[in-house]
Amino acid sequence: MDDNLNARRGESRDTLSPPEPEVAEHRELDVSHSSIRVDVGLLDKVMNLVGELVLARNQILQFTSGQADTAFVNASQRLNLVTTELQEGVMKTRMQPVGKIWNKFPRVVRDLAAECGKEVELELEGAGTELDKTVLEAIKDPLTHIIRNAVDHGVELPETRVAAGKPRTGHIRLRAFHEGGKVNLEILDDGAGIPLERVKQKAIEQGLVTSGRAAQMSEREILNLIFLPGLSTAGKVSDISGRGVGMDVVKTNIEKIGGTVDIQSVPGQGTTFRIKIPLTLAIIPALTVTSGGDRFAIPQANLLELVRLEGNGSAAIEMVSGAPVYRLRGSLLPLVYLNRELKKPAASGEQATNIVVLQADDRSFGLVVDEINDTEEIVVKPLGKQLKGSSNFAGGTIMGDGQVALILDVLGLAQKANLLAEIGAETAAHHSRGASEVQDNRELWLVFRVNRSGQLALPLSLISRLEELEPSTVEVSGNHEVVQYRGQIMPLVPVAKTLGMEPENRGQSLSVIVYSQEGRSVGLVVSEILEIVEEEITVEGRGQQAGLLGSAVIHQRVTNLLDVPGLLAAAQIPMETRA
Amino acid sequence: MNMGTEKQFCTFYLQGLFFGIEVEKVQEVIRYQGMTEVPLAANVIAGLINLRGQIVTAIDLRKRLGLPSREAGEVPVNVVVRADGGAVSLLVDEIGDVVEVDEKMFEAAPSTLKGQSRELLTGVFKLKDKLLLALDTEKALDVSQLAEQSN
Repeated sequence: MDDNLNARRGESRDTLSPPEPEVAEHRELDVSHSSIRVDVGLLDKVMNLVGELVLARNQILQFTSGQADTAFVNASQRLNLVTTELQEGVMKTRMQPVGKIWNKFPRVVRDLAAECGKEVELELEGAGTELDKTVLEAIKDPLTHIIRNAVDHGVELPETRVAAGKPRTGHIRLRAFHEGGKVNLEILDDGAGIPLERVKQKAIEQGLVTSGRAAQMSEREILNLIFLPGLSTAGKVSDISGRGVGMDVVKTNIEKIGGTVDIQSVPGQGTTFRIKIPLTLAIIPALTVTSGGDRFAIPQANLLELVRLEGNGSAAIEMVSGAPVYRLRGSLLPLVYLNRELKKPAASGEQATNIVVLQADDRSFGLVVDEINDTEEIVVKPLGKQLKGSSNFAGGTIMGDGQVALILDVLGLAQKANLLAEIGAETAAHHSRGASEVQDNRELWLVFRVNRSGQLALPLSLISRLEELEPSTVEVSGNHEVVQYRGQIMPLVPVAKTLGMEPENRGQSLSVIVYSQEGRSVGLVVSEILEIVEEEITVEGRGQQAGLLGSAVIHQRVTNLLDVPGLLAAAQIPMETRA
Repeated sequence: MNMGTEKQFCTFYLQGLFFGIEVEKVQEVIRYQGMTEVPLAANVIAGLINLRGQIVTAIDLRKRLGLPSREAGEVPVNVVVRADGGAVSLLVDEIGDVVEVDEKMFEAAPSTLKGQSRELLTGVFKLKDKLLLALDTEKALDVSQLAEQSN
């Protein structure tokens, strides 16, 4: 049949044998017929409708699982197939080749190289690799930034290159390809590489890490320091770079669309940036879990594996100074309880522990949930403006039953649980102190209470010791209660009474916070030491009461901050230094 | 007959008080439906509802105005308003009629009004038999100032 058809076609062509120019014209016409321009708004609308269809399909599939009617099951299976294909088709309409944003890079590189007095050649590979339009737009700026960096910092001056035995002209290669359902982008330069020692030094100088911590860091960790806000290794600040703004933005922008960045750098040989991004953001596979009675979706991009601890699972969970961990094949997996993070009541009836092992940044952690339900394709929908401030949720979706479920922001969750705190917290503290005059400080606070009604806090740095004293050791000297403490007479300050709060009856022992200044100690008598927290606080209502600095929110509770000198003045205990 | 000064208000009740929103800002009024709670969000946020495939945030207007909570068993009504960030639903006790009011009857909110109610009102229309409190929807929807998890 086919042969026949081809033969006939060939025949007709032969017989007609149209003149050359006409053929060319014909082809052009064909091209214009085979592609049309479509308004992006319309495509978005179609995409939304397909999203709705996917939801409806999920709903019908749920019904189907309980049905015995074969005709119905068949029909719904066909619906399933067609929907999937339609979804893929529509997704394709939104795909654009990455070359669309690349085509301006040669010019960027040429101009910048001329400005810096460098010779740079740009090679583009895989410009036809297709990406969803929204993803493409999101990576445009980060890519431009990395390329500018490569020209400005990476590639050396021609003379330096020749001296190092390299070709005069620097080479930057941009590669795009599909791999494992993701788009990979690589930016390779053959420049000087990232000077690890300089990065380390700068980070220490700028207080982003402590020198002790820096000494323990692996090469990879040091390289990742360049993603911290405020770090720049450039000696001088130019129009182009060196202002320390940029790589952190690159990273956050890429992570915002669910991608990852990775750097490799060999001194003297060059640097490679590897960016992995999802093909599309609109419809993603996700795992649904239940916690505290609500359903949540977790993007599968973040998912590593699922662990179920049968029976009394809590036995397998160990504590490392208060932080729960689970031994997963020999290495410790920090655990985060979703119920606790979201301030929901814990599940009753400890039957089995479900751990969702997730990847955030470079670390993995286990998220403990009440129930693991299913994986399904979900349509990501934005949350309203009113919820924009929330770092816990990346968006919402509508489940098969029509109810809304929230999509967990795995990275935000990990940050909230202080999993990524080591470097991050130090940075945050450094910045808030340096950048603004506002009294924001991340400090360790000792939280305690003096009666039932509220809690108080003191910076831990002011406290020398915490003591439990026998009430019988308390003596009276003048108007004050004192104790003998380390060869000195230490006055005791009843905090509640001094502040005019209702004091509580003293129990079996006295909880005393020892505050020392210039060799003199004072004991602050409180009812109970509650905890030590690390928190960035904003002091409000300053100086409204003697003995109090003001109040702040610590662990979601309003906490009064104690002003020890003020308190001592109020208690009429002199704290002057002995001359 | 001066038509220019007539305004239409979609009215509703909250704890016996008579409120109104300019009718052109209201997208639709729908029955109460199941909501998904948002953990850790400000307590004025009642939850999320599915409005024909669109996720809409519902704000409990009673809490927003600092009024006492609805009693158990009382089912609120969703008044979906158009805002620049998308539709938002306001939970009210009961929906009233659309009333026409004259600009001349308008007066700024009395200074004796306390707290949040005063900030969130554009003013009061003195109707024949009662007062219509005109809600400033933009301010009512701006919950960014409210701390998360304010118990």
